[in-house]
Order: sequence, then C-alpha cells, then structure tokens
Amino acid sequence: MKRRTFWDRFYHRLFALAAGLCVLVLLGIFGMLLFNGFRFFESVSLWSFLGSSNWNPSAWGKATYGIGAMLWSTLLVSLGAMVLAVPLGIGTAAYLSEVAPGRVRDWIKPAIELLAAVPSVVVGFIGIVVIAPIISWIFGLSNGLNALNGSILLAVMALPTIISVAEEAIRSVPNTYKEGAYALGANSWTTLITVTLPACTSGLIAATMLGMGRVIGETMTVLMATGNANAMPHGFFDPVRTITATVAIEMGEVPYGTTHFYGLYALGAILFIITLIINLLAEGIAAKFRKQGR
Amino acid sequence: MKQFLGWIAVCCCLCTCTTDHIDNLIIKGSDTELNLVLDLAETYMDNDLSTSISISGGGSGVGITALLNHRTQIANASRALNDEEIALAGKQGMQLVSTVFASDALAVIVHPSVGLHQISIENLGKIYAGDIKNWKELGGRDGAISLYGRQSNSGTFMYFREKVLGRDFSNDLKQLNGTAQMLESVKADENGIGFVGFGYLFGQNGALYPGIEVLALQTAPNEAAVSPLNKDAILSGLYPLTRPLYQITDGPPTGKALAFIRFELSKAGQEVVARSGYLPPISETDLVEKY
Repeated sequence: MKRRTFWDRFYHRLFALAAGLCVLVLLGIFGMLLFNGFRFFESVSLWSFLGSSNWNPSAWGKATYGIGAMLWSTLLVSLGAMVLAVPLGIGTAAYLSEVAPGRVRDWIKPAIELLAAVPSVVVGFIGIVVIAPIISWIFGLSNGLNALNGSILLAVMALPTIISVAEEAIRSVPNTYKEGAYALGANSWTTLITVTLPACTSGLIAATMLGMGRVIGETMTVLMATGNANAMPHGFFDPVRTITATVAIEMGEVPYGTTHFYGLYALGAILFIITLIINLLAEGIAAKFRKQGR
Repeated sequence: MKQFLGWIAVCCCLCTCTTDHIDNLIIKGSDTELNLVLDLAETYMDNDLSTSISISGGGSGVGITALLNHRTQIANASRALNDEEIALAGKQGMQLVSTVFASDALAVIVHPSVGLHQISIENLGKIYAGDIKNWKELGGRDGAISLYGRQSNSGTFMYFREKVLGRDFSNDLKQLNGTAQMLESVKADENGIGFVGFGYLFGQNGALYPGIEVLALQTAPNEAAVSPLNKDAILSGLYPLTRPLYQITDGPPTGKALAFIRFELSKAGQEVVARSGYLPPISETDLVEKY
C-alpha cells in the first residue's frame, strides 16, 4: 500500500472512531440510567413514584419517593424562563438579522455569545445577591428565593441558544419572499411580522425547544437561587426544588446500592427522557424547516 | 519540543520528590467543622512539614459516605453515626471509631424585626414542623414565618431534627447550601428564622454578625431562657443545643491521622478550637475514645 493511502485510511478510521465514541458514550449513559433506574422500581412502585408529590428519602418516619412536586417545579421554572426568553430572544434575532446595521451587529453578536460563557455558578450567585433582593422589594415578599428568580436566571442562560438558532432561521428565509412583500408596498415592519417570521416558524420553534432543553437540565443556578423547598409550589412566588437540584444535593450523601441511590438514577432517567424528547422534537422541526427553506 | 520534554522531566521529578517525603491526609465532611478543621490543619502543618492535609466540606453525610467508600481517611461529622451507616460499615468489615475533638452550640437566629428574644424548644419544633405559621402566634410581628434550614446531607439538619423536632421538617423549609447562606438569608428576610453553628456567629474580629437576633432558648416553658452568647452556659451544659463534633476513622486512627487527632486534643490544638469560636469537648459526651 502506498504511504499516502495508508495515512488517508488511517485518519479516516480515526475520525470515524471519534464520532462513534460520542454515540457509545451517549448509549452508555442512557443504559446506565435505565439499568440503575429500573432497580429503583424493585422497591418502589412506579405509581407511587409518579403519583405522589413528596420526595423525602431521609424522612423521620417512612421514606417517601414521589416525583410530583419536583417535576412540577422543574416545568414551572422552565416554562417561566421560556415565557421571558422566547419573545426577547426572537426579537433580538429579528433585530440582528433584519434591522441592525453591520457595525452594531458585529458588536452585539459576540457579546451574546459571551453570555453563554458565563459559568452557571456565577449566574446563581447573581441570583442570590442581586435578583432575590430586587424581587422581594418589587413584589413585597419577605425573600426572593423562588421560582421567579430561577426563571429569570434561566431565561438569561437560554438567550444565547435561542438567539443564534432563531437568527439562523430568519436569515435562511429567501430574499425573494421579502422582495415580494416590498413590491406589494409593505414596509419593513409588516414584512418582518407577516412574511419573514411566519416563513421560518418551524425554525423559531426549534430555537425555543433547544433553549428549553438547555434550561431543563440546568442545575447549579436553580440550586442556588430557588430556595429548594420540598413543598408543591402554587405559583412563581413559592420556593421550588427542581429534579436537577435534588440529584445534585443528594448524590453526595447517598450510600451506594440503597433504594435512595437508585432513586437518584430514576430521577436522572426521567430528566434524560424529557430532554431527549425535547431535543428530538427540535431536531424534527428543524429538519422540516431546512427542507422548507430550500 | 526538547524544551517541552524537559518540562515533563522536571514535573516528573517534582512529583516523585514530593511523594517521597510528604504524606497526604484527606479529611472530608461536615460544613460546620470545615473552618475549624482548616484552622487546626494550618497550625498543625506549620509544625509538621512532612504532612499535607486536604480538607473539603459537603456535609456530615457526605464525609461518612466518603469514608465508607474509601475516599477519605477522616470523616468530619457534626452528628453521631446512624444505624444504617453502622450496618453498612459492618457489611464492609469496617469498624468505625468516633473521636470527639470539640463541641459546638447551635444558635437559633431570627431577623431583628420579628420581635422575639427567646423561644421554647417546643415552640421552635412547632415552627419548623409548620404548626405555627405566623410570628404573632408567639407575640411577634404579624408576618408569615419564613423557614430556613440546611439540606438533608447536613449533620446540622439531622441534629436539629432529632433534638428539636422529633419528626419531619415542614415541606416549606427552604434548604440552603451552607451556613453562610443561612446568615445572609435570615438577615435579608424580615420574617426569617434559621439555625447556625455558634462559631459562625462571630466575624474575624470576634464581633457578633450584624443584622440578626440570636434567640435564647427555654427547655421548658417555665424555665429561664439561656442564650448561646453566654459561653459559661454552654460550657456548663445549660444551653440545650450543644453537640459534640466528631471525627470518624476506619478503626482506631493510625499514622498521620493519629498524629493529627492527637494534636487537636492537645493544649495547642484546643487553643485553636477556642480561637475559632468553638468549645472544648464537653464532659457529658459519651462514647468518646481518648487518644
């Protein structure tokens, strides 16, 4: 074999291996979560896990393993974050791709990307020392460690994802669409709202989904800023304890091989399944929009 | 490239040199004990240059679990071992030995505007179980009580639950990461109540942490209330929430662990304990093995 072909094939295999490794790691993690998660259901019934709201494995009396309050907390915080982040994100994306002059864009885009680089523990700290006092002052609460605080922080963390995906989607709308609208006498606002954005709806939904995936899995920020009370939250002013925070808090103390230990895996599996569904939906919608775009 | 290899050689040399002479001692566990053991270790390492001690927190449960999983040599614990942990150790053929090297009083703190100066243990338990929900039920301001506590991996959480509640905490308990966050939260929350280790009440200069009220405790409604700020009351055992601080080892401590624990119990070590705002081991504490 020629030396050149040997190296060619060698690198071919090497990169294939690297790509395969990612898939293997993913399958390994999923397998491990499912395997250990299933062992949890040897001692706790699926019904009491999903149907009960109280999670207290180190209870004074009988340990309880209910995901209800946590699941609702996670969804509440994530939905709140989405309500804040999606309009802001899509608005920013529309501004960047349709309105902003090149020089402004060259400044804002890197700034938004830098926002993604802020470590989550720093965001959580800001939640404790800045956002919490502001929330308690505005709404007249005694403290600001609640779901709203978590939503605000997570919205900030989801913005970079939403903006870059949404911007890509808006840019991919063919110019001919817009030119058509202009030819009919529409101004740029009408064109943006009635032509450009509707043309890339699926891309915007994909951006939302990816942002949601980012938000649901976030741990440190919510652990620090949301108060971590076990009670079922009744609204955004109640403290919440998310699934991720519970796993992070309890994994350090749990002795290996106990029901509690497998319970944390079960929580991890639930979380993984939720993010998997969201990502698959996002991928599916994004794929549809790519086809449309062409 | 040559330079790079040179650096690797230097690094390897350094590594082997250090492992030749320095013993590592790993200590893990209670956040309550963290600052104290850090102070003790710093003083100890000044005198014994051949030992490097690394200390981390995370909570008593974290330390004991690490000891059971062979990830630490000494577990700091602000509570006694529970039955489950003793059973797990037995299953692995481990014999856990607890040494008491200091004591700590747990102070109950509220925001000054709550308007209380003392409370009975029974009412404290009712507050934390969620039976008493408003400060005015106890003669304070009209405001919904905002409960602060630690997470379930904390020895302070377990100790408080056992001594004060005897049942589960209210689900509305906000579970905070550490003692420092508890102080900050109660200071910022005009309806807040929390509990912290005595040593955390004072700053570097020995002054009381500002913006909080330390409650005096009554063991029974008719008895006199005792404040933890009265050090003599703690030392004489009058203050109800005084607890031993443990260090747990697998079997009686040996080698560097033994040397370090001996130092802690020595006069020099106990001076550090006092300077850090903690108290010497109190005589009533049982099950102590002396070294």
